[in-house]
Amino acid sequence: MKTTEIVIFTLLFLVVSGMGFVAARWRRAGDLATLDEWGLGGRSFGSWITWFLIGGDLYTAYTFVAVPALIFGAGAMGFYAVPYTVVVYPMVMLVLVRLWSVSHVHNLVTPADFVRVRFGSPTLALLVAITGIVATMPYIALQLVGIEAVLKTMGLTGDLPLIIAFAILAAYTYQSGLRAPALIAFVKDSLIYLVILVAIVYIPAKLGGWASIFDAAKAKFDATPAPDGITLNANNQLQYVTLAFGSALALFLYPHSVTGILASRNRNVIKRNMSALPAYSLLLGLIALLGYMAIAAGVKPIGKDSNTIIPQLFDNVFPDWFAGVAFAAVGIGALVPAAIMSIAAANLFARNIYREYFNRNASAAQEATVSKIASLVVKIGAVLCILLIDPQFSIDLQLIGGVIILQTLPSVGLGLYTRWFHRGGLVAGWAAGMAAGMLLLYNIANPATNHAHFGGSAFPLSQLGFDTKITVYAGFLALIVNLVVAVLGTFVARALKSADGPDGTRPEDYFADQGDPRVHELETTAPAS
Amino acid sequence: MTTPRTDRGRSPDRSPLNWLLLLPVAIPLIPPLFNAVEPRLFGIPLFYWLQLAFIVLGVATTTLVYRATRRNR
Repeated sequence: MKTTEIVIFTLLFLVVSGMGFVAARWRRAGDLATLDEWGLGGRSFGSWITWFLIGGDLYTAYTFVAVPALIFGAGAMGFYAVPYTVVVYPMVMLVLVRLWSVSHVHNLVTPADFVRVRFGSPTLALLVAITGIVATMPYIALQLVGIEAVLKTMGLTGDLPLIIAFAILAAYTYQSGLRAPALIAFVKDSLIYLVILVAIVYIPAKLGGWASIFDAAKAKFDATPAPDGITLNANNQLQYVTLAFGSALALFLYPHSVTGILASRNRNVIKRNMSALPAYSLLLGLIALLGYMAIAAGVKPIGKDSNTIIPQLFDNVFPDWFAGVAFAAVGIGALVPAAIMSIAAANLFARNIYREYFNRNASAAQEATVSKIASLVVKIGAVLCILLIDPQFSIDLQLIGGVIILQTLPSVGLGLYTRWFHRGGLVAGWAAGMAAGMLLLYNIANPATNHAHFGGSAFPLSQLGFDTKITVYAGFLALIVNLVVAVLGTFVARALKSADGPDGTRPEDYFADQGDPRVHELETTAPAS
Repeated sequence: MTTPRTDRGRSPDRSPLNWLLLLPVAIPLIPPLFNAVEPRLFGIPLFYWLQLAFIVLGVATTTLVYRATRRNR
C-alpha cells in the first residue's frame, strides 16, 4: 500500500465526483428531461468546452496507458497513433460541419438518426445503431482497464475500488448527463497536461537525455527478432499507414465522437476545434515516448499486464505525492470518455431501438428517461465485462470494434455527401464488410500473446496467397469489401427496380448554421423525424 | 442548388482553399519521408520528431482554412 499516493488519488477523485453532481445545474437552459439537454448538453457548447469535451472523449485513459505500452513492446509500430490523430482532423473538418448542420435542422441525436432520415430505411438505421452500441461497449470496459492499472500500481487489489469508482460515475452521469463529463474534462485535461509536461522534462533529465533513451530502446529491440524496432521495416509500413488511415476514418463514426460534435453551438466551433484538437495529438505523441523511457528506466510490468508500464514508471521516478497526482490524472481521465460513451450508446438505444420499435409516440421526457436508464445498464455491463471475463477479451473486442464501426462509413460518412447508394446496397455492403472483417481478424494469430485467433489487426497478405510478408490493417480490407459490395448492390437494386427509401433531407440542410431561422424554429418545437 | 439566406447564394463549404486539407492528410501517410533514425533532433530520431512536426502542418492548414471560410455574424 502506498498511503501518500492513495490519499492524493482519492482526494482528487472525490473533488471531481462532486463536480459531476453539481454539473446538472451548470449552464442550465431549460428542462433536463429531454435528449437535447441530457444527452447533448443543450447543443450549446462553445469552442473551449467543446475542445475539452472532445479532447477528453477521444484521447481516453486507455489510450494514454495502452499506446506507451504498445511502444514499450513493439516500438515504432505503436507510434501510428500520431499520424492517425494528425490526418483525422483535416480529413473530417468539412464532413463534420455537414453532419452538424443536417442534425440541427432535423433534430438528430445519433449517427443512426441521420441514416434513418437520409436513406428512409429503419433497417439500415438499426444496423448502424447496433454496430455503434457493440463497438462502444468494450471501449467503455477498457476505460476500467486504465483505472485498474493505476489501482494495481498503488497496491489496491480486489474489485471493490473499481466498483465504487464506476458506481459514482454512473450516478452523476444519470443525474447530469453530458454536462458532467464536459465540466470534469477541464480538471482531467489540466492534470494530464501538467503530468506529461513534467514527465517529458524530468524523466529524460534523470535518464541521461533523449539519445540514451532511444539507444536503450534500440538495444532492447535488436536483441529480439523482428518485427519490432525503433523504425518501421519493409513489411509493416503498409500496416502502419493503413492502420493510421483506417483508424482516422473510423474515429468520427463512433457514436461518442458524434455526441461531442453535435453538442457544439455552431459550425465555427467545430471548424476551430479541428485546428485546436491536435494539441492533444502532441500530448499523445509525447506520452507514447514514455514507453521508451520505461525501457531505459528498466521498468517491469506487474505480472504480464503491460498496461501497468506507465503507472509503474511514474511510481519509480516521481516522488510519491506527484505520482498520486499522475495516477489521479489517469483515473479521472477514464471517467470522462466512459461517461460520454455510455451516453452515446444510451442515446442510440433510446432513439433508434426504443422509439423506432417499442414506442413510436414516445414523448421527449420518456425518451430521456429510457436513455438515462440505458446509460446505467451500459455501465453495469461494462463492469461485469471486466470482472467476469478476462480483460484481454475486452481488448480483443475493442479491436473488433474499430473494424466494425468502420463498416458504417458508406452510410454515415459517404451518405453526408451522396445519396447515390441504394439502401439495399448499403445493407449488403455492411453485411459483407462485417463478415470479411470477422474472417480476417479470426485468421490473425499472435504467438507473443498465445493467441491463435483475434491476435491483432495486422493481416498478413500471405494468407491471401501473395508471396510476401507484408501486413495490412484488417479493417481497411473489410471496408474495401464493403464499398465494392455496396456499389454492386446498388447497381443490382436499380436494375431490379427495387424501391428505394425517401430522402428526408434537402441540399441546403447541409449548410445551415446557428441563427438560421429554419434551425431555430425546429429547435424550439417538438423533435421532428 | 439552393443555399440558406445567410449565405447570399454562395456555399461556404466550397472554397479552393479546402484542397489544402489534402496536404496534412497525405504527407503523414508516406513512410519513406520519415522512416529513418538520422538526422536526430535533440537526440530524438527523425521518425519521431518529424511525425510530431506533422502536427504543426495539420494545425497550420486547418487554421488557415478555418479563418478563410468562417462566417462572420
